[in-house]
Amino acid sequence: MSTVVLLGITGLGLGALYFLVASGLSLIFGLMDVLNFAHGALLSIGAYATWWAASHSFGFPLALLFGTAVGTLAAVALELGLVRPLYRRPREQVLATVGVGLAVPALLSAIWGADARTFPVPSALAGTFTLLGASVPVDRLVLVGAALVVLLALRLFLGRTRHGLVVRAGVEDRAMVTALGIDVRKAFTLVFAIGGAAAALAGGLAGLYFGSVDPTQGGSLLIFGFVVVVMGGLGSVSGAAVACVVVGLVQQFANYYSTAGLGDLSVVVMLAALLLVRPSGLTGRLA
Amino acid sequence: MNIPALLRRWWPLPALAVLVLLPYSALPLPGLLDGPIGSPGSLQLLALCLVFGALATGYDLLLGRTGLLSFGHALYFAAGTYATGLLLTRAGLGFWPAAGLGLLAGVALSALLGAVSLRVSGIGFAMVTLAFAQAGSILVQRDPGGVTGGEEGLAATGLPASLVGIAHTADLYWIALAYLVVTLAAVQWAVRSPIGRVWEGIRENERRVEVLGLRPYGFKLVAFVLAGTLAALGGVVYLLLTGGATPQTTTSDFTLSLLVMVVLGGSGTRWGPLVGGVLYTWAQHRLASLAGSGTIAGLPSVLRVPLSQPLFLLGVLFVIIVYALPGGVAGLPARLRARAVSRGAQA
Repeated sequence: MSTVVLLGITGLGLGALYFLVASGLSLIFGLMDVLNFAHGALLSIGAYATWWAASHSFGFPLALLFGTAVGTLAAVALELGLVRPLYRRPREQVLATVGVGLAVPALLSAIWGADARTFPVPSALAGTFTLLGASVPVDRLVLVGAALVVLLALRLFLGRTRHGLVVRAGVEDRAMVTALGIDVRKAFTLVFAIGGAAAALAGGLAGLYFGSVDPTQGGSLLIFGFVVVVMGGLGSVSGAAVACVVVGLVQQFANYYSTAGLGDLSVVVMLAALLLVRPSGLTGRLA
Repeated sequence: MNIPALLRRWWPLPALAVLVLLPYSALPLPGLLDGPIGSPGSLQLLALCLVFGALATGYDLLLGRTGLLSFGHALYFAAGTYATGLLLTRAGLGFWPAAGLGLLAGVALSALLGAVSLRVSGIGFAMVTLAFAQAGSILVQRDPGGVTGGEEGLAATGLPASLVGIAHTADLYWIALAYLVVTLAAVQWAVRSPIGRVWEGIRENERRVEVLGLRPYGFKLVAFVLAGTLAALGGVVYLLLTGGATPQTTTSDFTLSLLVMVVLGGSGTRWGPLVGGVLYTWAQHRLASLAGSGTIAGLPSVLRVPLSQPLFLLGVLFVIIVYALPGGVAGLPARLRARAVSRGAQA
């Protein structure tokens, strides 16, 4: 029983990371039709910024805030500088983000080395607590809590604010929103900022979860982010939330109860199977 | 027919003759290559350039000719490399049967997975191919039963003695060249065939092809299997060239680098992907050796740190190409001509 509880909570923690990556990806794709390959780079930027701040005695919450802010700025710069000028060429937009996705991890490993750097985990989060007989690391709760806060904030933003309304309308039909005289491009920058903030937060929390940061972390989390986005249906935040729980749990349990690595494998096979049975994803939004 | 017209039509033949004769040349190309052209080191690099040029040409069959964005092309290349390597090393087959079966494995895998992934289109297709390739990559890296060598890679034993070692680099170079010629010929022939016309139609407007009464699925599958087969063949050549298989060739980064090559050279053109593949491979090797050289070490850290990472420079270069040169290198002459014409019109 205690193993199941531990695996379950760890799986939820991993799912929380996937959700933070996938929610931004999903909104960006839903609104702009851009598959953002630079999202892993944004995550890595957040991870390194958080790690840098935490190693310079900022204190963990402040370091996380700093990392998220840096990631948000990077995302806004990416949108304004690289994606916006290619507005009428969607394929080139994807290619430009591929270039950034290659360049940023290389730059990070040039500055801080290709090896993993130990993340200074604060002592308050390093311990464990007992739940139903299992001793569960505290950081898993932080991850799940952060993902829930982001989910709630995103739902409030999308459902209750005017900007959120524009984003939702843009996901449904961008041309119509433009025809109504609303400048959708402002919403583009906004979703990039939101996505970048969530990804950078995921980066900082990944440092906490794995206990280290390295330049390739972003890329490997990005792939599972894609899996979650596609399974949840592109453009749907709630779909991503459901899918990330499924993916995180399946991965953890399969990795534990069969050979290591089979969990990762079963997740991608699950994606392929789902797409073949329901080509539109769980929520039926896939283009 | 006068000489210039003949040259314009048949220039690939003398170019091919020059490439065939390169191992006999002792011409030094300082800055471009480390040693004279005929030296084993240079030939090895040139052979790698040719292999990747051919791989990019095969990948463009999907991207540029049929409009299919596949993120799993590395899988078929790695299938050729690993299947051949495993049959050689673990099953003790001879090289030719192993290579034949390795190629067959690539064909079978691309036919099977292509048939499955082509049931979805657009982003769904990109994601399913990515998922399959990722599954392959995980499988290779987790090393089930200790057969693939995991992250260490697989050193192939049992290669024919006439194809191993520095003394035989020229033979390997010719094999790479032969692979390139086969790929170029196959792609050119396929694109000009009636199937190739349908591919063009699918790329431009798939719905219209359907309205004309053709089923795009079968045509796309042919393109997918042909590209997968060429990639598997390239995998076999790569195994010979490097004497083993590395897990890096299974990753999604490998497919992304093929994408970069194609876009760099010019997608959907005859020579563009080849040029892109050669340029990319050459630049990656030269930048890596440049990074280790004294020229870079003497620079201030603001310049030294980014310059020491070839991937950083290539990524930046790629972004610049996407912006400034949408047709890739192959589109450059036409752009220059158009600019000259418009300038002439203004004057």
